[in-house]
Amino acid sequence: MDFQEKLVQNLVSKYGRDRENLLPILQGVIDQERYLSEEVILKIAKEMSIPAAHVYGTASFYSFLDIEPRGKYVIRVCKTITCAMKGKNQIILAIEDFLKIKVGETTIDKKFTILQTNCLGWCHKAPAMLINDEVYTELTTESVVDILREYKAKE
Amino acid sequence: MANMVNLTINGIAVSVEEDKTILEAAKHLHIKIPTLCYHKDLCVAGNCRVCVVEQVGNHKLVASCATPVAEGMEINTNTLKVRNCRKHIIELLLTEHREECTKCYRNGHCELQALAAEYQITNQDFIDLVPDKNYTIDMLSPAIVKDDSKCIRCQRCVRTCAEIQSVGAIAVAHKGSEMKISTFFDRSLDEVVCTNCGQCIVHCPTGALTEKSYVENVWDAIADPDTHVIVQTAPAVRIGLGEELGLGIGTRVTGKMVSALKRLGFDSVLDTDFTADLTIMEEGTELLTRLKRALVDDDPEVALPMATSCSPGWVKYIEHKYPEYLPNLSSCKSPQQMFGALAKTYYAKNIEVDPENIVSVSIMPCTAKKFEANRPEMKDSGYKDVDFVLTTRELAVMIRQAGIEFEKLNDESFDSIMGIGSGAGVIFGASGGVMEAALRTAYEIVTGREVPFDNLEITPVRGLEGVKEATVKIEGTIEAWSFLEGVELKCAITNGLENAHQLLDAIRKGDKFYHFIEVMACPGGCLGGGGQPFPVDNEIRLKRMNALYEEDRNLPIRKAHENPEIIQVYKEFLEEPLSHKSHKLLHTSYVKREQY
Amino acid sequence: MTTTAAKKQLHRIDLIFKHEDDCKEILRNAFSRSDQEIVNEMVNSGLKGRGGAGFPTGLKWKLAAESDEKEKYVICNADEGEPGTFKDREILSRVPHKVLSGMAVCAKIIGAQKGYIYLRGEYKFLVPDLNKELGKFHDILDDLGLDFRVEIFLGSGAYICGEESALIESMEGKRGEPRNKPPFPSVRGFKGKPTVVNNVETLAHSYTILKFGAKKFRDLGVKDSRGSKVFSVSGDTPIPGIYELELGMTVQDFVDDFSDGDCKAVQVGGASGFLVPRKRFGKTTIGYEGKLTGISLPTGGSMMIFNSSRSMYNVLNNYLEFFEEESCGQCTPCRVGCQQLLKGIRAVKRGEKPASYLDQLLKLTETMKLTAKCGLGQSVANSFSSIVENFREEMIY
Ligand SMILES: Cc1cc2nc3c(=O)[nH]c(=O)nc-3n(C[C@H](O)[C@H](O)[C@H](O)COP(=O)(O)O)c2cc1C
Ligand code: SF4
Ligand code: FES
Repeated sequence: MDFQEKLVQNLVSKYGRDRENLLPILQGVIDQERYLSEEVILKIAKEMSIPAAHVYGTASFYSFLDIEPRGKYVIRVCKTITCAMKGKNQIILAIEDFLKIKVGETTIDKKFTILQTNCLGWCHKAPAMLINDEVYTELTTESVVDILREYKAKE
Repeated sequence: MANMVNLTINGIAVSVEEDKTILEAAKHLHIKIPTLCYHKDLCVAGNCRVCVVEQVGNHKLVASCATPVAEGMEINTNTLKVRNCRKHIIELLLTEHREECTKCYRNGHCELQALAAEYQITNQDFIDLVPDKNYTIDMLSPAIVKDDSKCIRCQRCVRTCAEIQSVGAIAVAHKGSEMKISTFFDRSLDEVVCTNCGQCIVHCPTGALTEKSYVENVWDAIADPDTHVIVQTAPAVRIGLGEELGLGIGTRVTGKMVSALKRLGFDSVLDTDFTADLTIMEEGTELLTRLKRALVDDDPEVALPMATSCSPGWVKYIEHKYPEYLPNLSSCKSPQQMFGALAKTYYAKNIEVDPENIVSVSIMPCTAKKFEANRPEMKDSGYKDVDFVLTTRELAVMIRQAGIEFEKLNDESFDSIMGIGSGAGVIFGASGGVMEAALRTAYEIVTGREVPFDNLEITPVRGLEGVKEATVKIEGTIEAWSFLEGVELKCAITNGLENAHQLLDAIRKGDKFYHFIEVMACPGGCLGGGGQPFPVDNEIRLKRMNALYEEDRNLPIRKAHENPEIIQVYKEFLEEPLSHKSHKLLHTSYVKREQY
Repeated sequence: MTTTAAKKQLHRIDLIFKHEDDCKEILRNAFSRSDQEIVNEMVNSGLKGRGGAGFPTGLKWKLAAESDEKEKYVICNADEGEPGTFKDREILSRVPHKVLSGMAVCAKIIGAQKGYIYLRGEYKFLVPDLNKELGKFHDILDDLGLDFRVEIFLGSGAYICGEESALIESMEGKRGEPRNKPPFPSVRGFKGKPTVVNNVETLAHSYTILKFGAKKFRDLGVKDSRGSKVFSVSGDTPIPGIYELELGMTVQDFVDDFSDGDCKAVQVGGASGFLVPRKRFGKTTIGYEGKLTGISLPTGGSMMIFNSSRSMYNVLNNYLEFFEEESCGQCTPCRVGCQQLLKGIRAVKRGEKPASYLDQLLKLTETMKLTAKCGLGQSVANSFSSIVENFREEMIY
C-alpha cells in the first residue's frame, strides 16, 4: 500500500464514510500533499462510495482544495480591495523576483507555489498573505523576502 | 389527502395541494411559465431563473419551479417586471452559449432557441463571452458528443446521471464564471464511467449533449454501388419514429417505417425483433441450464440471479460499478449484436453476398448501442458485426432529408430472412418485456403448456414502477424438466440504473433473492431510451409502452419459439440453443472497468 | 492636507471585548430561567443578526424552537469572507467563551445537542486555541448538565459558504451552492433538520444581553437598530482596526472620527454593501431599516475608507473580479451577470462600448437583484449602482 492509499484510509477511518465527512478528508490530504491528485480523489471516491466526478466537482469548488500539483509551501497573496490598495502588486513582484516564478507557478524544486486569493480578513493590516496556514501581515517588499528566505532555509 | 391551498395567479383563483409549487398551480390554470432547469423527471434545482414570477408583497421575484404555494398567495406571471427580467436572463444565457443555431445538431429542437424566439431576442447588446472561454468539444466517445460551448449550466444532465442512473459520470465542477459540467478531471466521456445510456441527451435542453451521428456514413454506404446495405430496426423505434416525425405520441408506424427505409435505399430492411426472439431462445435456455446446475447439480459456481444482458448501458454499468456481478450477466449478446453476427454469416450465405461487402446498419432507440457496436469483441462474424448505429432521431433526420412525406406512406413488410419477429420480440422495447417474452417461451418448454395468463399477457411485469416482482410456480413439468417441478421461479424487473442499483444492493445484502432479473438502463426500458424523441416524461413513456403492447397484441405470432424464422435458423445454421455455433456468434464476455 | 485629530469622537463601547470570566454563572442563570423567558429577552433586546442580513435573532430562535423535530443544530457562522470584514476573527480569538455561551443558550432553547463553528479555512490558525477553549467549555456544560457539544468545521476557501444554506451544503460534503428558500434552515437545515445559523458577533451579543438584560442592549442605538456593533475599519485611515460602536451613527460621524480628513467615499458593508460618496455622508445612517435622516445601511460591519487618490473604477473592477470568481455559479443572473458587469465596465473604460452602456448594465443589476437565487447575486447591484451612479465620470475616462 503506498503512502497516499494509507493516508486516505486513515482519514476515512478517522472521519467516517458518510458524505458529510468529505471536506475534512479532502483537507486532510491537502495538509499532507498540498493538492489532490487523480489517484487520491479516486481512492476517496471508492472508499466513500461517491462518484469520482462528484468528488472532483466538489473539490474544484473550493479554492483551498487544489487539484493541481502545488509546492510544499503555497503562498497565497490577498488580492482583494484593501490589500490591492496597499500595494499587493509590489509584494507579488518581490515574491516573483525572489522565487523566479510567476503567479500560478511552482518552483522546480517543488518547494513554492505562488497564488492569489480573496480577502484574508486582515484588511487593517494589509497587505497580507498566507503561507500554507500561516498568516503574514503588513508586508513590505523587504519583509516578504525575509520571510521567504526563512522558508527557503527550512527543509 | 394533502391540504388544499388557495391562491390566485394572474387574478384567477386556484386551489391546489399544499405541496405543489407555483409552477404546478399555474399548469392547472393552463398558464405556461417558461422553464429550463426544471424537468419533471428530476429534483428541483431552481438555478436557471427563467421561471421567475412576481409575488405580491415581495419585492424580489420568485422562482416558480422552486417555490411552494401558500394560502392567499397572489402571483403574477406576466408583468412588465417579469418579462424584462426573463428577457435579460435569456440574453445572459445566450452570451455564454455559442450561437451557431444553423450549424447545431439541435437546431429546431432546442429549448433555449425556442425561448429566444418566444421572447424575440433580436438585439443582443451584451458582450459575447464565448471567445474568452476555453470551451471544449468532446467527440471521442462513439456514442455521445459533449459540447461545452452549448451548455447553459442547468444541471439537468448532472441530475439525470446521478438521480435516474446513479452513475455520476458528470458533475458540476469549479465555481463562478469557471463553473462547468465536467467528468472526472474533465476526461473524455469515453474514458469514464459513462454508460452511454444517453439519458443526459434526452434531458439536455440544448445541443450541449447529443448523440454522435453516423447519418453521413450511412448515406455514403447507401450511395456506394458495391455495398449491400442492410438495416435492422429495434422494437421501440416503431413506436418512437412517428412521434419524432410529428405524428402523435405512441403512434405505431411499423409499416410506414419499413416503407421509408426502403425508399431511403437500404438493400434489405430487416427486423431486430427476429434476434430478440433468438435472444429468448438462447437466454431462456441459459437460464434453464443455470437452474439445472443450481438445483440438480448443486453447483456452487453457478451465478444466480441471472441478469439480462440486452441493455448495453446496463452491461457497462455492471462492468464499472459491480464487477463482482459480471458472472451473473447472461452471456447472450444483445439482439442488435446477435443480428450483426448473423448478418455477415447466415444472412450473407443465404442471399449469396460476400460479407465483406455488407454494411450492417441498425436503428436503435439507444445511444449505448453505438458504443456496443464498437466494442472490440463484437467481430465474431470475422467483420465488424454492426457497422453503424443510428438512433430513432437520426433515422427521422434521414427521412426528412430524403423528402419523404412519412405520414402519407403505405405500410410495407420487412424483407426476409431475418425479417420476422413475434410479439415477444416486440415487447423487448418495454421494461418487463424481456421477462414476459422469456416466460412465454420457458414456461411452455418446461410444462408444454402456455403461461397461465389471460391472452399471454403477464401483467405483473408491466408498467413503469422502479422494481417489479413476479413469482411463477412451475407445475406439471414435462419429463425432461421435472427437476423444476414445484419450483417458484422468482423474478424481478427494473428500469433506470438507480433502481437497478437499489435492486443489486438488496440482493447483495441478502434482503432479496431472485433467479432471474431483467434490467434496462433507461427509464421505462428502450421506449424511453437515449435515442428516442424529446421531450420525455412518464406520461409519454406510458403512451409509448401501451403502443408496444398493442403491437404485440396485433401480431399473429406472440411467442419467440413459434417464429418460423427462428425455427429455420436453428435448423439450417445454429442447430440448437447454446450450440457451439451459437456460442461463437451469439454469446460474449465482459470486462471489469475503472470506477471514475 | 490636514491630519488633525477627529472633530468628534464616537463613543467607544466596550461590551463585546471586555474580558469577563463569568460565563459559567451567566449560563447557570440562563438555564434556570424558562426558555420562553429567554426568547422574550432576546426579542426585547431588539438584537438583529450581525452577519449582514439583520434578521431578528430572538425570532429565529423561536422559530427553530417551535419545531417538534428531535434532532436540531446550532451553527456559528464564522466564514467571514466579506471583503473588509475581520471582526469575527477578533471576537473568536479574544472572547470565544461568549460565542460558545450564546450557542449553548440557543441550543438549550431550541433543543439541540450538537453545534458547529463553521470556521473559514483562512482562519485555520485559530483552531488549536479554539479547541482548548471548547474543552474547557464542555466541562462547564457537563457541570451544568447541558447535553450539548460544539465542533469546529473548517471551510476551504469559498466566500459563498458564508451564505447559510451554502454553508450547510458545504458541511454536508457538497459544493457550497445555496438552496432554494423556503424552506429556511430553521425549518430544514443541516441534514434536513431545524438549524439555527448565527453570526459570531450575534452570538457574542446574546451573551451581553443575558448578562446585563435586554434593556442595557436596547438603550444603545436607535429605533430599529439596537445595540452596539463591531466595525472592521480599513482603507485610508490612520487608525485601521476593530471598534465597537453604537448603531445609528451617520457616515459623517464615522468619517470625522476615522478619516485623516481626506475621504472621498466610504464602502459600508463590504463589496456587497454600498459605496457612500462624500455628499451623502451626513444623510446616511448605519443601521437596520430605520429610515432616519436619509438612507440607512445594514452592514456586516465593514467600513472601508477611500481617499481622493483612489480610482473608483479600480475599486469596482476589484469587487466585480471578486464576485465573478466567488459566485457559486449555479444561477444565471449571478454567474453570467457578474461576467457581463466586469467585462462591461472594462469595455466602457476602453471605449469599446459607449458610456450609455453603463445604463444598460444598471438595468442588468436590477434584474440580478430581483432574480438571483441568493444574497450574493442580489447584492452585486448595491456596490455597482452606488459606484456607477456617483462616480460615472471615473468609469468612462
Ligand atoms: C454571499 C453571502 C455571504 C455571507 N457571508 C456571511 C458570513 O461570512 N458570515 C455571516 O455570519 N453571515 C454571512 N452571510 C449571512 C448568512 O446567510 C446568514 O444570514 C447569517 O449567518 C445569519 O446569522 P445572523 O442572523 O446572526 O446574522 C452571508 C450571506 C450571503 C448572501
Ligand atoms: S446568486 Fe450567485 S452565489 Fe447565489 S446561488 Fe446564484 S450563482 Fe450562486
Ligand atoms: S425552471 Fe425554475 S429556475 Fe429554472
